[in-house]
Amino acid sequence: MAITSSTTNGGGRPQLAATSRRLGERAIIGALALAAVISVLVTVGIVVALLIPSVEFFSEIPFAEFFGTSEWAPLFEPPAFGVPPLIVGTLSTTFWACLVALPLGLGTAIYLSEYARPRVRSTVKPVLEVLAGIPTVVLGYFALTVLTPFLRALGWQVEIFNAFSAGVIIGILLLPTVTSLSEDAMTAVPSSLREGSFGLGANRFQVSTRVVVPAAISGIIASFVLAISRAIGETTIVLLAAGQLARVSFWPGESVMTMTAFIAGTGSGDVPTGSIEYKTIFAVGLTLFVLTFILNIISIRMVRRFREIYE
Amino acid sequence: MNTAGRIAGERAGVAVRESLAGRRNRSVAAGVFLGYLLLSTVVGLVALAVLLATILHDGLPYVDAMLFTNSPSADPERAGARPAIIASILVAVVLIATALPIAVGTAVYLEEFAPKGNRLIDLIELNIQNLAAVPSIIFGILGLAFLVRGIDLGPVLLAGALILGLQMLPTVIIASREALRAVPDSVRQGGMALGATRWQVVWREVLPAAIPGIATGSILGMSRAIGETAPLLMVGAATFVSFNPGLLTQYTVLPILIFQWIKLPQEMFQGLAAAAIIVLLVILVAMNGFAIWMRNRYERKW
Repeated sequence: MAITSSTTNGGGRPQLAATSRRLGERAIIGALALAAVISVLVTVGIVVALLIPSVEFFSEIPFAEFFGTSEWAPLFEPPAFGVPPLIVGTLSTTFWACLVALPLGLGTAIYLSEYARPRVRSTVKPVLEVLAGIPTVVLGYFALTVLTPFLRALGWQVEIFNAFSAGVIIGILLLPTVTSLSEDAMTAVPSSLREGSFGLGANRFQVSTRVVVPAAISGIIASFVLAISRAIGETTIVLLAAGQLARVSFWPGESVMTMTAFIAGTGSGDVPTGSIEYKTIFAVGLTLFVLTFILNIISIRMVRRFREIYE
Repeated sequence: MNTAGRIAGERAGVAVRESLAGRRNRSVAAGVFLGYLLLSTVVGLVALAVLLATILHDGLPYVDAMLFTNSPSADPERAGARPAIIASILVAVVLIATALPIAVGTAVYLEEFAPKGNRLIDLIELNIQNLAAVPSIIFGILGLAFLVRGIDLGPVLLAGALILGLQMLPTVIIASREALRAVPDSVRQGGMALGATRWQVVWREVLPAAIPGIATGSILGMSRAIGETAPLLMVGAATFVSFNPGLLTQYTVLPILIFQWIKLPQEMFQGLAAAAIIVLLVILVAMNGFAIWMRNRYERKW
C-alpha cells in the first residue's frame, strides 16, 4: 500500500514510501486523517440536526402555508406559520448592509491595491482588519446606543429597533471581508497588464476601472456573495438593534424580525423539546442554511476561478 | 454598406469624438473616482475610531474593582462580571484542549499526507471552506439538538465551549495550512535524504518551522470564539450566575453578559455593558498583540 501510494500520488513532494511502513507512524497518520474527517462530521451533524425536526415540522405544517402565507406567530394562539415576514426582515437588514459594505469595501480595495503607497497600505490594512475582529455584541451596542439616537437627532423618526441601524452596522462589520478578498483578487492580476495599459497612455483611473477591476471580477463577485451570505446569517447585531417584530415591512425605520433573530429568540427560551414551536427553530434554520449554503458555494467557486487564472 | 461596417464606423466616430472632448472630462472623472476611493477608505477608519471613543467614554467611569470581584446582580450598584470573566477563560482552556489539536491535525493531514487530486480530499476541502461561512447561529442549533437536548448535557459551560470549538475549526485549519505551505519543500527533502520518515520530518522539522503561523491563526480563531454571542444563546448561557462556573455548571460568558446588560432598561446597566466591553476588548487586544509579537519574533523568511 505504501509503495503504490508513492506512485499514484503524482506531482508535488517526493515521497519515500519505504520508510513509512512502521506501525506507530501509520497509527499517527490514521489519527490525523480522523481529525480531518471530524470537519465533515460537523456538516453531516448540522444537516441531520436540521433535517429530522424539519421533516416532522413539514408533516404538520404544509409547505404552502410555510412559504405562502404572510403571518408569523408560532407562539401565539392560534399559531401562524408563514415565513415570508422573516425573509423580508432578513432581506431588509441585508440590503442596507450591502449598500454600505459592497461599494465602500470595493472602493477601499481599489485604493489600497492601485493607488496607496506601500507605507499607507501597510498601515491602513491591519487597522481596517481590527474592525473584523470586534465582537458583534459590541457593534450591536454601537447600533443601538449611538447610531439610532444619532438618526433621531437628525430628525428621522426611526423606531428604537429598526432595520436601517442594524443593517448599516452589519455593513461596517463586513467592510473588511469585502476589502481583503477583493484586494487579494486585484493583487493577483499580473502587473504586466497594468504596465501594458500605462504604456498605451492610460491613466491610473482608466487602468483601475477598465483593466484591473474587469480582470479581478470573479474575486470581487466572490467577496460580494460572501458578504451577502454573512449579512443574512448575522444574529447578535439584529437581535440588539432590529428588534423582534415579525411583519412584512421594507420601510428602513421600522422594527423587523430576521430569520436569525427568530431562531436565537426562540432557542434561548424554554420551549419544550418535540413541540411544534421547538420544530419551527429547525425549519427556519434549514431555510437559512440552504440559502447561505448556495451563496457560499457560488463564492468558493468564484475564488477558485481567479486563483486558477492567475496563480 | 453592410450593418457590421456601419457599426464599426460609428464606433470609430465615437472614439474620435471622445478623444477630442479631451483630457478634461477624463481628469474630472478620475478626480471624482479618487474622491470615492478615499471616502470609502476613510469611512471604515472613522467608524472604528468613533466606535472605540464611544465605548471608552461610556464605559471607563464604570471600570472599577467591583467589576472584577462581584457577580451579576439585579442591582446595578453592586453588579460585577467576575463569573463571566472566569467562564470566558475556562472556555479558552477548553478550546486549547479540544478544537486546537483537531484543527492542527487536520491541517497537517491535508498538507503533508493527503493524496493530491483525490475526490474525497477535495470534498473535505470544499466542506471546510463552506463551514467557515456557515452562520454562527446554525452551530448553536447543532449544539441545542445534539449536546444540550440530544445527549442531555444541559446548558453547561462544556456544551457551549465545544460548540465554539467546532465553529473555530475552519479558521484555524485554513490558517495552519497556509503556515505549513509556507515551509519550503527543501526542508522536507533534506530530512528525508537523511533517512527520516515522513512523520519524523513533519514532527521535527516542518511543524516547528510552521509554529508561528499556526499560533497566529489559532489565536485569531480563539479570539473570535471568545467574542462570540449568538450560538451560546442557543445552548443556554444564563445571565445571573453568582457562583464561579465549572465545566459542568451553568455559566455566562462576557459577550452574553454584555448582551443581557444592554437589553436591561436601567441606564446604569448600559454603562456597565460598556465597561464589560472594555474588559473584553482588552483581553482580545492582549491575545492578538501576543500573536503579532510571536510572529515578528519567530517567523523565518525562507
